[in-house]
Amino acid sequence: MLNSVVQGILLGGLYALFATGLSLIFGVMRLVNLAHGDLSILAAFLALVVVRVTEINPLLALLVVVPAMAGFGYLMQRGVLNFTLGRGVLPPVLVTFGFSIIIQNLLLEVFSADSQRLNPGRIETASIAIGKELAIGWFPLITFVVAVLIVIGLQLFMSGTSLGRALRATSDDQEAAELMGIDNRRLYGVAMALALAIVGVAGVFLGIRTTFGPSSGPDRLLFAFEAVIIGGLGSLWGTLAGGIILGVAQTIGAKFSPGWGILTGHLVFLAVLFVRPTGLFRGTQ
Amino acid sequence: MTEPAFVVERGTRTSRVGAVAGAVVLLMLAALPLWGTRSLMRMLVEFISLLVLAQMWNLLAGYAGLVSIGQQAYVGLGGYALIVLADDLGVDPFASVFLAGLVAAAFSVPTAALVFRFRGGYFAVGTWTVAEVYRLLIANSPRLGRGSGRTLAAVFPLAPDTREALTYWLALLIGTGAIIHSYLHLRSRFGLSLTAIRDSEPASESLGIDVFRTKLCVYIIASFGAGLTGALIYLNLLRISPDAAFTVNWTAFMIFIVVIGGIGTIEGPIVGTLVFFLLREFLADFGAWYLILLGVVAVLVMLRYPQGLWGLIADRWDVRFFPVQRRVRFGAAPAGEADADRSAGLTSGAT
Repeated sequence: MLNSVVQGILLGGLYALFATGLSLIFGVMRLVNLAHGDLSILAAFLALVVVRVTEINPLLALLVVVPAMAGFGYLMQRGVLNFTLGRGVLPPVLVTFGFSIIIQNLLLEVFSADSQRLNPGRIETASIAIGKELAIGWFPLITFVVAVLIVIGLQLFMSGTSLGRALRATSDDQEAAELMGIDNRRLYGVAMALALAIVGVAGVFLGIRTTFGPSSGPDRLLFAFEAVIIGGLGSLWGTLAGGIILGVAQTIGAKFSPGWGILTGHLVFLAVLFVRPTGLFRGTQ
Repeated sequence: MTEPAFVVERGTRTSRVGAVAGAVVLLMLAALPLWGTRSLMRMLVEFISLLVLAQMWNLLAGYAGLVSIGQQAYVGLGGYALIVLADDLGVDPFASVFLAGLVAAAFSVPTAALVFRFRGGYFAVGTWTVAEVYRLLIANSPRLGRGSGRTLAAVFPLAPDTREALTYWLALLIGTGAIIHSYLHLRSRFGLSLTAIRDSEPASESLGIDVFRTKLCVYIIASFGAGLTGALIYLNLLRISPDAAFTVNWTAFMIFIVVIGGIGTIEGPIVGTLVFFLLREFLADFGAWYLILLGVVAVLVMLRYPQGLWGLIADRWDVRFFPVQRRVRFGAAPAGEADADRSAGLTSGAT
């Protein structure tokens, strides 16, 4: 049981990484990016191609994947998504959902439905034994630490830099921020670039941790969404906690029956939603 | 001073001509089992199924502003309800289709209690999550055949010709019913409040419209429609599995059809379903490319022509087969002749 909880916490770190990107975009521009999960899978496939061509370690492929995803995010935001904002509920939902379906099926056509995996070498199986029952894998531990560092980094970035302040200002009041000379269109592009850089990291770590295929995206979106809602909108630490709660629920559920892992996570999410719709940790936004 | 003479119009010449033409087409379609091939009948059942699904999503998103990505939940629940009712409980399979709609509607009430806490984009993801919960619950249920699903055995005693003709007539009934229902519903007082909510929630609330209740009503109706159609689809296919019945592709089809055809109109989904079928038939040999292309077209339409293909046609030629709006026309020309006269520019299609 203790083992499941620890593995769940470590898995939760990865979910928090997905959720942070989703939460950042919603916070800044009130956009829910339905292609979020599929973009992370796109990043994993990109890493796969880099690894196949150059035969480097997938962790080094991050050096290519992260800037590529950031650039893609900036262009996607400025080229398309900016035109969906401020026009009601439907355009952003439809366009990002359209992207989700397009990315999934393009990956399907290019890479087939086979499941893939990124192999980082020895680190994948190496672990630290603690007592008889418990062994912590190095890789899940690294993933968790990276997730926490990214959350801390994002927190510092938002509070300490002028770009972060501009992002928070826009999130609080878009029109007032514009009057203060902030170029919202460009800022949204930067926010999406930042979010997709995080998604790029999350996608590569996911691809090392588990197998993935063209249709793995929607689940990632749902887990990210659940972590955000469990934690409470607008709270970065809450999102981390939400990811951990979801991860623990899934590993404990899977311990009872393999088919019940993801379902248990969903049910815990619905229970939180029913009891505390604002999430367990109230955010500031 | 005399009162300004005007008439409030609801019908148009096209709507009257269209009603007659529609009745003729319907009669021909009803006689199809006498002259058509079986493959044509199966294709029409599929066409009608997608049309009804799109019509229901149109009602949700185009009128009530409920942009759901979770309508596949009700397609799946309807399909499984059909199997349970007909095979396990011994209800007549054709009657079960209607009962399956009611089962889906019953599930939609507790679902609404949860997902109505979200707005906008999070409502979309919330509905998607709940649909996944239903899929996983069924995929983990031994009685429902787990992941491999089940086969509808109750119709085996029927001769294939009889079964297919009955399924086809049922589809025709459901399709006609859905369109007439949408039309009458949108013309009624309920339709007016729905349109008001679409245009401005706070304003309609201040006029005494119960926004929550109206939206809930639409959600339940749309879920009933999706469940009914789900049962019809699996009455036609005979084989159901959780992954196929609860795939988000159902909702993708609905959304792409509605957006390409024209959201917020009854004609739009009809045009959209035609486009969908044409694209799919043309690209039949190219795997998932039809879906990619549909997605690209839908995104472009949303960005450039948000009123869709039908919106472009209706504006260009002023044709409306299902006029749900009331149009005030000054000058007191008799309603029948007024159609031809648009030069005054006093007619407003915007409602």
